[in-house]
Amino acid sequence: MGSAEKEEINVLKHGLVPDHRLLSREEEKETLEELDVGKENLPKILKSDPAIKHLEKVHGDINVGRVVEVKRKSRTAGIATAYRLVVKRE
Amino acid sequence: MNQSKGISKRIGSIQFAYMSPEEKRDLSATKIITPDTYDDDGFPIEMGLMDAHLGVIEPGLRCKTCGGRVDECSGHFGHIELAMPVIHIGYVKEIKKLLRSTCSECGRILLEEEKTTEYLDRMEEMREMGGSPLDIRNLAKEISKDARKKGRCPHCNTDQPKIKLDKPTTFREENTKLTPKEVRARLERIPDNDLWALGINPDVTRPEYMVLKVLLVPPVTVRPSITLESGDRSEDDLTHKLVDILRINQRLRENRDVGSPQLIVEDLWDLLQYHATTYFDNQTSGIPPARHRSGRTLKTLIQRLKGKEGRFRQNLSGKRVNFSARTVISPDPWLSINEVGVPERASRELTVPLKVTPMNLDYAKELIKRGPSPSTEDGEYLPGVNYMIRPDGRRIKVTETNAEAVAEKAEPGFTLERELKDGDIVLFNRQPSLHRMSMMAHEVKVVPGKTFRLNLAVCPPYNADFDGDEMNLHVLQSEEARAEAKVLMRVQEHILSPRFGGPIIGAIQDHISGLFFLTYDNPTFTREEVVSIFSNLETDRFPEPVEEDGNKIWKGKDIFSYFLPDDLNMEFKASICQKCETCDKEECQNDAYVKIEDGQLEHGTIDENAVSAFAGEVVDKIARDYGTDAGRKFIDQITTIALAVITLRGFTTTIEDEEIPDKAENQIESVLTDAENKVRNLIEAYKDGELEELPGRGQKETLEVKVMKELGKARDDAGKIASKHLGLSNNAVVMARTGARASMLNLTQMAGALGQQAIRGERPSRGYEERTLSHFKRKELGAESRGFVRSSYKDGLNPVEYFFHSMGGREGLVDTAVRTARSGYMQRRLINALEDLMVADDGTVRNTADKVIQFDYGEDGIDPMRSKRGDAVNMDDVIREFKKRGE
Repeated sequence: MGSAEKEEINVLKHGLVPDHRLLSREEEKETLEELDVGKENLPKILKSDPAIKHLEKVHGDINVGRVVEVKRKSRTAGIATAYRLVVKRE
Repeated sequence: MNQSKGISKRIGSIQFAYMSPEEKRDLSATKIITPDTYDDDGFPIEMGLMDAHLGVIEPGLRCKTCGGRVDECSGHFGHIELAMPVIHIGYVKEIKKLLRSTCSECGRILLEEEKTTEYLDRMEEMREMGGSPLDIRNLAKEISKDARKKGRCPHCNTDQPKIKLDKPTTFREENTKLTPKEVRARLERIPDNDLWALGINPDVTRPEYMVLKVLLVPPVTVRPSITLESGDRSEDDLTHKLVDILRINQRLRENRDVGSPQLIVEDLWDLLQYHATTYFDNQTSGIPPARHRSGRTLKTLIQRLKGKEGRFRQNLSGKRVNFSARTVISPDPWLSINEVGVPERASRELTVPLKVTPMNLDYAKELIKRGPSPSTEDGEYLPGVNYMIRPDGRRIKVTETNAEAVAEKAEPGFTLERELKDGDIVLFNRQPSLHRMSMMAHEVKVVPGKTFRLNLAVCPPYNADFDGDEMNLHVLQSEEARAEAKVLMRVQEHILSPRFGGPIIGAIQDHISGLFFLTYDNPTFTREEVVSIFSNLETDRFPEPVEEDGNKIWKGKDIFSYFLPDDLNMEFKASICQKCETCDKEECQNDAYVKIEDGQLEHGTIDENAVSAFAGEVVDKIARDYGTDAGRKFIDQITTIALAVITLRGFTTTIEDEEIPDKAENQIESVLTDAENKVRNLIEAYKDGELEELPGRGQKETLEVKVMKELGKARDDAGKIASKHLGLSNNAVVMARTGARASMLNLTQMAGALGQQAIRGERPSRGYEERTLSHFKRKELGAESRGFVRSSYKDGLNPVEYFFHSMGGREGLVDTAVRTARSGYMQRRLINALEDLMVADDGTVRNTADKVIQFDYGEDGIDPMRSKRGDAVNMDDVIREFKKRGE
């Protein structure tokens, strides 16, 4: 107890955390066009969000302004897809 | 972005600031010094609280400031010069924050220069990035919190004494009182540059304005005095409060100027502070509320705005409206579900605007000539005209005497206020308006009497009954509103509820019993009977009779089938289904398996599961697959038919319906006695510690569970014995089994035994020391002493049983009361949180700023109103359809 080393937990592997996937610039353009949604109108996700931090381990630094695809389980639709804009703070 | 949505202007920003004494004086129309209102002749006193410069409240007079008349001048502020400054109660928290985070000597913020710049840079950055004002305010809060930690000023090195707030308005520094004057002096010392860090924009305001030197006096229009019949004037609460302030203010000034002892001046100062505080908020904790001479607490500024009866919720979020009516409701089975019966009195009062055009000029003149309350020669209702409105807005009242003359004056461009007539579209509403079906559009039908009438099938969506319920009616005033209401809000558009994806309008109570008698075991009807039934409908066609013994007779199932669409195919179990282990389907002994083939009811009984609101499968399918017109027609027709059938047969229920043979009663007696004996044995075992504990429970808990189980079983068994003798020849049983009203449990409680009464899910155990009632032994655990009722409602309860039953009953009442209050508040919060969300035409859910909340409504994009009990498609239907095609 006490000074045990802090183990890094990959939140993305947790059963209650939905799947996060970084969209490539092309995919991003396509999806936004298809949805007819301006980037600024997307829901946001903090750059400091643990999910983003883990994605950064794979993709390297993720810049503010990129879009992440979130696939979560849904009672009505089975799997529901949402898109979130990476923002800096607040 | 928003231009496309028809928003022409958007508020860029709002700025709030404390008002300076100079601004207040500039704004003021007059200085107020006299604490009196009117002189002996009833004229307002100059520089008094009702000074004519403050606006006009009496018709005929003109405002001395702007010259406007009553409805032209909205009033002007005045001001009071306070002899000594007082603290504004609304800013006490802010003042405390500022005093604590700035130096008592030099007024600088208690942070090192570098740290302040660092914070300011951060704030500037946020502002540039377009950070929300809320976040900036939070940062300012953080900064002042940081500054508060310092015990010594980093700028002038003075030790910082602790500042305490003695609620509500007294500040203390190490037990010496800080007068408002000193507080103000300290706030004045804070340099502009440090104010930014504390969340105040010094370009706009200064913190010392939070300590008042000048008090604004609201215009008389805000606090009008009223003249009673007796001729006495009665002043508004605010005026009373201002009088108090002025009186004390004057005494304070006099005492200060003649150099009275410090003590007296201070007392008066405190009194002035009290009056100023209660003037703003008369519910400040820590001080007694100011009262009227009669003892009533005064309603001052905050009280005018706050809460359910406050300005916001009472007058701004919701308003009283014209063209509306309210009265008691009563049932009318002869109306369509789409109609509402409006009594003549209301129809004559409520009007629809009618534009006079060259095309309808003659009709309009004819209408006016009728006068304000015409009727046909037989005394039947005709709509008249109450007012004619000229294009310049002048209203001409139409009366019996001037009708002819007014009619002649009518021209295209005029508007008539025509009284209601049959077919007008109105909105009908019953509170509480918990869902969209609480307000639906109906067609007017003018009826005699004094009540609104509605079809019984629309009771469920309104949750209405006729024990004195009242409802409201609103008359739509524009073509667009009427069209929109007809398309979106008509009753027939709400047969299917978005609440659970099934019908919420359908047969209830006697309708269900009636259709049961029409279809159960397929009875036969004679020609006379069929004519009598069908005479209630507007139809000249009959179902086909069948030949039997050379006579033409009609089968009940054929009569019902007459109202079904020709290509309807359905299969389901009726409510009277006994849930046998193996279902015989079409061969069902109870006629409980409903099968409809090509619009013909081949098997089964029509009851709750077929036609009721909430559960009706047939109503559901017809409204869903054949359209709302067909749905309305079906409901109108089958409810009418059902009532005709039940009227023909006759229907009643009596205590005899709960009568069971002596043999059965004896059986029930022995079942209950057995159960009580078993309970006694369980208690013995418990006392001897021989009870085998259930997993996760102790001895006592195990006993309770087992006893509850045993007694529960006893009641069920008693019920079963009773129901064995209660068959479908019994009207009470018909109601329970078909789902028309009540349940089998209700019947067994009447005929068999009430069973165990429960308080919070457990047997009653409290009341007296270790027993429930004083005449039981302590620690007694037996059935009788812990709320088991072996009597039935029919036999009657003994006093002890009655007491336990009352306990259970009271718990139920309390629960419902608590539940409605809690869920009401929960719903209010939800509505306020969700009110600006809508489904955009691309299926996404967005708020008014166009931000996406959900990418597909409900994540699956399904309109719950069109869903089948929440599912996008009804798989059973799809499978049946495919099977049919395969054949």
